[in-house]
Amino acid sequence: MRRILYLTQAEVLHIVRDRILLAQVLIVPVVQLLILSNAATFEIHNTPIHIVDLDRTIVSRGLVSHLAANGHFRIVEATPSADRGDQGMSRGNVSMVVVIPRHFEASLVRTGVGQVQLSVNAEKGSAAGIVQSYAAQVLNQYANELASGRRPLYRQFSGDSTRWGPPQAGPLEVRVRPRYNETQNYKHYMVPGILVGLMTIIGTLLSAQNIAREKELGTLEQLNVTPITRGQFIIAKLLPFWVLGLVELSLGLVVGVLVFGIPVRGSVPLLYGVAAIYLTVALGIGLWISSLVETQQQAMFVTFFIVIIYLLMSGLFTPIDSMAPWVRNVTQGNPVRHFVTISRAILMKGAGPAEIAQPFLILAVSSLVILAVAVRQYRKSAS
Amino acid sequence: MTSLRGLIHKEWLHIRRDRRTAAVLVALPVVQVLLFGYAIRTDVDDVRLAVVDPAPDPATIALRNRFASAGVFRNVAVVQRTEELEPLFGSGAAQQAIVFYPGFAQDLGQCVPAKLLIITDATEPNTASLLQSYAQAVVDGYVRSLPTSHARPAAAPRIVPQVRMRFNPTRESSNLFVPGLIAFVLTIISSLMTAISLTREKETGTMEALLVSPLRPWEIIVGKVTPYLAIGFVSVVAVLIEALLVFHVPLRGSVVLLLFEGGLYILVSLAFGILISARTSSQRLAMMGTLLATMLPNVLLSGFIFPVESMPWALQVIAYAIPGRWFVTIARGIMLKGVGLEYLWPQTLFLASIAAVLLTASVGSFNERLE
Repeated sequence: MRRILYLTQAEVLHIVRDRILLAQVLIVPVVQLLILSNAATFEIHNTPIHIVDLDRTIVSRGLVSHLAANGHFRIVEATPSADRGDQGMSRGNVSMVVVIPRHFEASLVRTGVGQVQLSVNAEKGSAAGIVQSYAAQVLNQYANELASGRRPLYRQFSGDSTRWGPPQAGPLEVRVRPRYNETQNYKHYMVPGILVGLMTIIGTLLSAQNIAREKELGTLEQLNVTPITRGQFIIAKLLPFWVLGLVELSLGLVVGVLVFGIPVRGSVPLLYGVAAIYLTVALGIGLWISSLVETQQQAMFVTFFIVIIYLLMSGLFTPIDSMAPWVRNVTQGNPVRHFVTISRAILMKGAGPAEIAQPFLILAVSSLVILAVAVRQYRKSAS
Repeated sequence: MTSLRGLIHKEWLHIRRDRRTAAVLVALPVVQVLLFGYAIRTDVDDVRLAVVDPAPDPATIALRNRFASAGVFRNVAVVQRTEELEPLFGSGAAQQAIVFYPGFAQDLGQCVPAKLLIITDATEPNTASLLQSYAQAVVDGYVRSLPTSHARPAAAPRIVPQVRMRFNPTRESSNLFVPGLIAFVLTIISSLMTAISLTREKETGTMEALLVSPLRPWEIIVGKVTPYLAIGFVSVVAVLIEALLVFHVPLRGSVVLLLFEGGLYILVSLAFGILISARTSSQRLAMMGTLLATMLPNVLLSGFIFPVESMPWALQVIAYAIPGRWFVTIARGIMLKGVGLEYLWPQTLFLASIAAVLLTASVGSFNERLE
């Protein structure tokens, strides 16, 4: 026990003495959290649209003003020909072209169906789906307003206000309730995830680089000839980084709550408990990397590649559900995925131990496995 | 000039002698694109649906069948009470729930509107909006299929959108992300390459020898970059072939232009790597800083996953300085839209000027070291 404490003390001294490193480790993640959480958004507002109104009637103009007033769209140009809209789309400064065909109003009055062409720039996949559904909403809403006769201009024009009957609800009243993220705030979704990402990067990188450095400097040999055992050595090495990781989490949580107003619906001690286990996995991976490589530089690059793969396949940026089925199975072995899931479940959904039991179990098992492998891999004898 | 050729020849020998590294440099991007191409997607085509139906009747069954046959919904649970949804949502077993109330079929025939509640797990707002619109479409279809009655006047006007998805009609995720992935993976590989080439000289102490040689700083830079530019170019070609054959990403524009832009982008990334390695005094701090500074920003600010237009303006300004952002736009433009330089010249100009600035700066930093 004393040996562990001495070695830990040495590690802590190393970290504290290296002010720049300490600053990098503590400040850079917070800055990144502050800046990058704003970047990671699919939110769509002020979509630039181009209007081609070939009808030029009161009804078509009403539709245009509805699109303009909706808040999701920004009309950048309105021309009577579709060519300029297509050009704008190719250049990339128009995301949707709305074409209201000739006789739109007449057809709406005569047959009850009016057609509108929407060309959406689908270059950005899912955003296109959202833009389309916003547009469809506006069209529906406008049609309903026309039906309920709340547009006096139209009544006046068509001359027959009772044609579509008095204002009334349909046969079905549908209420829609978004759970857990009622304001649909993308940051509430990203911050708990990015937090995990930062903890992973820092934890893995630091522990991988630390032992590689001792190897380079030759001080690892000195440690090897001391009576310390492998298990003790690893505990002493990892303890300071483990604490640092938890400090990181606390800093991130404070920033998340104070700056981004993320909800904390579940139990914070539970989150820390899982984080404590998770950090042993992240640090263990770093340790394992460091036992494979010879220099700090190699350690950095191997860590870089492994962490990039872990992050991109963790569901942090794109949903796990959307991945190809075989990839989804592969990600079961990704500890980052499970902690991202847990962090979001606890913070946003208020999940308790029962709901996170399965990913937690996987984390606990990976922790045991990775530490066992790392201890085995680390040889006290110089090869 | 002969001395420059000599330096290039020397680098080339290094690469040839260490075939394993060279193979890794070419193979790594191919493997990563393959892996991420299947992983980074945002299609929603399998929705885990829970149904709360306390008193099933013909109408609720009919609507439930419509959901089941819509193709995207997979029914994971049918429960009696709303409270039973809680654990399903909490553990993520269900993403969406439709809640019926007793007497659904009766109400539907009467003047009172029948009630239906659609609950969506909105933790990820984008998916949630898509799920909501899917469910809404199913319900709309159901309402339209109901017989006309006083509760549903037949002549209600409808505005029907005819939607045309330009450039990516099926909204296939790989069309969208693979061109972006190419940019992302190439950045990683280039920084790796230059770091290897420059730090090796430093570690073995031969950098000093280079500096006292008659080679001018720009000659050292050119000599260092050229062989790796060639390797980078090989991986661009490999990754493009993979995108076309494995992911069936269309290539509507000019191949020559795309390869040229790819080469330009590699040059930018190499120059960036050289600048960093040239200025490094303490490897540990510099690498830690660079990795921290590039790993997440590269994913987040290049627009490869998240659209740049959605970001706050301050970040959009920062994104101007991220070369990946320009290459992502160019690659998508050429591959998906089939446009040429007439539309892409601003992006190309940006890339070229970033390359010029970085190369000049790295030449400058070599000068400083000489003093």
